[in-house]
Amino acid sequence: MSDAALPSAAAQPPAAPAKEETPFRRFVRSFVEDRLALFGLALFILIVLLAIAAPLIAPQNPYDLASVDVMDSRQPPGSVSGEGFTMWLGSDGVGRDLLSGILYGLRISLMVGAFSGILAASIGAAIGLIAAYAGGRTENAIMRLVDLQLSLPSVLVALILVAGLGKGVDKIIIALVMVQWAYYARTVRGSALVERRKEYVEAAQSLGLSHARTVFRHILPNCLAPVIVIVTVQTAHAISLEATLSFLGVGLPQTEPSLGVLIANGFQYMLSGSYWISVFPGFALLMTIVSINLVGDRLRDVLNPRLEK
Amino acid sequence: MAPVLEVSGLKTHFFTRAGTVKSVDGVSFRVDRGEVLGLVGESGSGKSVTGFSVMGLIDPPGKIVEGSIKLNGKELVGLDEEGFRKVRGREVAMIFQDPMMTLNPVLRVDTQMIEAVTAHDKVSHKAARERARDALAKVGIPSPEERLNAYPHQFSGGMRQRVAIAIALLHRPPLIICDEPTTALDVTIQSQILAEMQSLCADTGTALVWITHDLGVVAGLADRIAVMYAGRIVETGAVDPVLDSPLHPYTNGLLGSLPAEGEPGAPLRQIRGSTPSLARLPQGCAFAARCDYAQADCLASAPDVTPFPGERGVRCHHPLNLAGVAA
Repeated sequence: MSDAALPSAAAQPPAAPAKEETPFRRFVRSFVEDRLALFGLALFILIVLLAIAAPLIAPQNPYDLASVDVMDSRQPPGSVSGEGFTMWLGSDGVGRDLLSGILYGLRISLMVGAFSGILAASIGAAIGLIAAYAGGRTENAIMRLVDLQLSLPSVLVALILVAGLGKGVDKIIIALVMVQWAYYARTVRGSALVERRKEYVEAAQSLGLSHARTVFRHILPNCLAPVIVIVTVQTAHAISLEATLSFLGVGLPQTEPSLGVLIANGFQYMLSGSYWISVFPGFALLMTIVSINLVGDRLRDVLNPRLEK
Repeated sequence: MAPVLEVSGLKTHFFTRAGTVKSVDGVSFRVDRGEVLGLVGESGSGKSVTGFSVMGLIDPPGKIVEGSIKLNGKELVGLDEEGFRKVRGREVAMIFQDPMMTLNPVLRVDTQMIEAVTAHDKVSHKAARERARDALAKVGIPSPEERLNAYPHQFSGGMRQRVAIAIALLHRPPLIICDEPTTALDVTIQSQILAEMQSLCADTGTALVWITHDLGVVAGLADRIAVMYAGRIVETGAVDPVLDSPLHPYTNGLLGSLPAEGEPGAPLRQIRGSTPSLARLPQGCAFAARCDYAQADCLASAPDVTPFPGERGVRCHHPLNLAGVAA
């Protein structure tokens, strides 16, 4: 066992300077070693491309109510619509083509996930960094707020916020950010507390760098690895939370169907046999979340030095 | 000539739950332009805290409670955060012990060096990069242009310390505080770095405060020496006289415990006992309990500094080698 490990360990240091391998390239190489993660990434990219290209490839624009015919409602998969195109995944209760609905729904779901993920990560990371660097009362106040936030179920908080803010994509994103910033704040504070004690921070200060530069230029990059992992997990979480809120009827309006709205619409027809209205959007949602989680899992392994072989 | 650094009566205390730790308790010294002062002492003698006090990097619960630090005639004690920030890096720089730890592992060398330049000078990115490249070339790093794009982990320990030195030299500060910068390096690299520092300082007229526990390094590098024990300077003077005929029993003990001094096979000499807790210093001389020459008055009262010719001074009731000083 050990003699298998020794030659490779001995061979590595001379090879490294010759290739000038950047941390990013090493990261990519180690990421693609896992086939399942690669599959997840490919699936995720495919889903994103489908969502971006939705207006080009969808047979129908579900937002254009003039193109929707009530006569087409609850048609099973493979039926031909009144306008003459085949509805491969059937249609929903108001006659919208489900494939088109899912493609457009993915756009909204992914956008909500991406925006809330990026915003929550930026805001949460900044707050966590400030807490760790400032210490004392500031840190205590911020961290108790984080504890409070995390002790409440996120669906409940989001539900209350959306009920207060009203419907709409922007309101949903605000609600999701409010729910999720605390995860980032807590994680970043944890890493920043460790980094803050390291000598390079003292060295940076001894060069006359300002607090802002020390925090955001020197400490932040060293805390990013866990943030990247949480972004993936929380983005997936945000997408499912949005679907939950829409399912509960407080999320997005019927006229702009997200995946959650589609699932909710089909739910009432489930028992009367029209399974496809809920199942296909549900499957799309599942695939999206699984692909993101596969990527996130691998990122966690790659970015965690303790798991390195 | 006005000294670059003049520290007088400096007291830096740490207010911990276990009591007040008097890490630095009345330290006075000065460093002239281009001079190298060796600040020597064992772990916990307060030599690093003295260095950090000059940099204004004492974090709570530590605090400078008394004394004055004058850098180029400007008082540093009581300076606000922004005032200190302007001094750090430009008028006084610091080089740390472990070059593995003092460079940010995720930032490229050029990023870190450009940051250091623009912290004080409003210059373009390109000009800052050129200055960084010149600084790397000056400390003897081959092909500096390419090395600027490297990450710290692509450098060896000695090269990293050279980068740290280059960063300290960026603003040509009149004073650099070196906190055991060669301790973590192996001996051949150590002597290279020492030679490099010596010639760089001679070229630029930079003064150094060289904090170390290695008397061998001090003997070769420093002009003057200050020996610290339990938060105080117990002996100071020009390097050769102090090392040739130490006045303080502690200096004598340090010299005696150098392995080179002993006969092969003979047990190595050591100073018996250990440093007293800085939170509970005895009433008399802090070294009395470990001193072979201690007498009754050593336990009763702490000695003051006795001056000797040639700017020597010793904090001892019964200095040794008095004949050597008179001669």
